Parts: sequence; structure tokens; C-alpha cells
Amino acid sequence: MNFSAVFFYLFSAVMLGSAFMVIASRNPVHSVLFLILTFVNAAGLFVLAGAEFLALILIVVYVGAVAVLFLFVVMMLDVDFAELRQGFLQYLPAGVIVGLIFLVELLLVVGAWVAGPGIANAVKAPIPPVAQVTNTQAIGRVLYTTYVHYFELAGIVLLVAMIGAIVLTLQHRKNVQRQNISAQNARSKKTALEIRKVRPGQGI
Amino acid sequence: MTIGLSHYLIVAAILFTLGILGIFLNRKNVIVILMSIELILLSVNINLVSFSAFLGDIIGQIYALIVLTVAAAEAAIGLAILVVFYRNRGSIAVEDINAMKG
Repeated sequence: MNFSAVFFYLFSAVMLGSAFMVIASRNPVHSVLFLILTFVNAAGLFVLAGAEFLALILIVVYVGAVAVLFLFVVMMLDVDFAELRQGFLQYLPAGVIVGLIFLVELLLVVGAWVAGPGIANAVKAPIPPVAQVTNTQAIGRVLYTTYVHYFELAGIVLLVAMIGAIVLTLQHRKNVQRQNISAQNARSKKTALEIRKVRPGQGI
Repeated sequence: MTIGLSHYLIVAAILFTLGILGIFLNRKNVIVILMSIELILLSVNINLVSFSAFLGDIIGQIYALIVLTVAAAEAAIGLAILVVFYRNRGSIAVEDINAMKG
């Protein structure tokens, strides 16, 4: 057994175990932490497959943004999670049966699959040798030229998601003082200043 | 013993099944359902990256990048909807989401 095979089995075993704990743990905070472990190990698998850029992006995007967002929401919502877990055992037999059937079908598909003869000719953008071009550079050469529309589409998706999340969660409260910029800018010397003579011994 | 494409595909298939099982088992908890969807999208990404690596085509990694973007956007929107729903109803149980009587 060579070195990369050992790491493949290590990463995939830890990833599948922590993915199981995501759906099985009682506390949602533990679920989120196991989700982070799952993503870190998937990033290890990506490194083994030679996709370093995606591995680091996975850690940055998922662990840095998505998992923290999940953690934030889990901790912000004051929910009785024990009550939500009722019915877990009730759905266990049906869920396990459906999952097993699905898994067996998937494994049969994977086992019967062989690459077609014409697939070597169908490669659009072959991966250049790693010694000459790094993975990040190879992705950038394709992503910013041939697939630039997909890149822009991803940007639009993120923009729409950002605007949507802000619009959904923004709430206007009536009794909160807010800055009125146009009223501030409309102030002039006449409306803001008043000069009075104050005589000694008398108030205004 | 070398690690081939089918090893990656089997790992991704097991991960996909775990995601589906999570949706089945935690039918009341929307947060765990969203996390299961993240697991499913991760397994799709593993498939794309392994095909890309073993067939020698970089486009699979580009596509995995797009899937990653969509997954991040989906998590943001889903959690925003969840927060708004909790603010209105005081609960995140799936069976309470019945105002539309669909």
C-alpha cells in the first residue's frame, strides 16, 4: 500500500464518519462542527486528486463562510432541538431501507461503468503537466477565457443571493432613530444658526 | 494498490446516501436538512473533481467551482428564509410550515 492510498482511506473514512455524525448527533452545534470536519477531509481528498485550488476554496468558502453561517443561525435561534428530534426512530427503518436501496443502485451503476472509447478525444481542456503549470494557473487560463460567462454567472448568482438575504432579513423598526442624510444636507446657515445678544445679568 | 476513479465514485455515492438519509431521518429540523443538502452537493463535487482528475480534463473543476458557488448562495438564502420564518412563527419545525396549505 503506498502513501497516497493510506491517506485516501484515512480522509474518506473520517469524512464518511463525520458525515454520519452530522445527521445523527443530538445537538445541532455538534452537527455543524462535524460538517466542518467533513469539509476539511473532503478538501484532503481534493488535494489527493490533484485539485489544490478547489481544496483551498472548499476550506475558505465552506469552513470560513457557510459553516460559520450555520453556527451563527443555530446559536441565534432559541429552539428546543430535543423536541425537533422526536420521530427520529420512527423514520429510521423506512429511511435506512430507502438509503440502502439507493446506495446499492448507485454502487451497481458505479461498478458497471466503464469509460467509453471516445472519451480521450472528447477532452476539451486537458490538464497540463503539473511541473509546468500549477493547478490554479490551469484553472485560471480556462476560467477567464473560454468559460468567462460561467464565471460572470457565478458572480450574478452570488449577488442575487446577497441581495436576497439582505432583503429577507432586513426589518424596519418604527421607534429607532435613523440618520436622515437629505435633511442633514439641506441645512443651511439660516436654519442652523441663530445669533442673539445676551445682556449681562439676564438670561436669554 | 492504487486508488482509481471507482474508489472516489464509491466514496461520493456513500456520502450522497448519507445526505439523503439525513433528510429522511431529521424530517422536523430544517437546519439539519440544509446541512444534508450541503453534504449532497459536496458528494457531487467529489464526483466532478475525480472525473476531472482521472480523465485529464480541467473543465470538471470549473464546473465544481460553479456548484460550490450555487451551494454557498443556497445556504445563505435558506438560512435567511429560516431566520425570517422563526421571527414570524417562533418555530423551525417543518410541520409548522403549512401556511400555504399546499
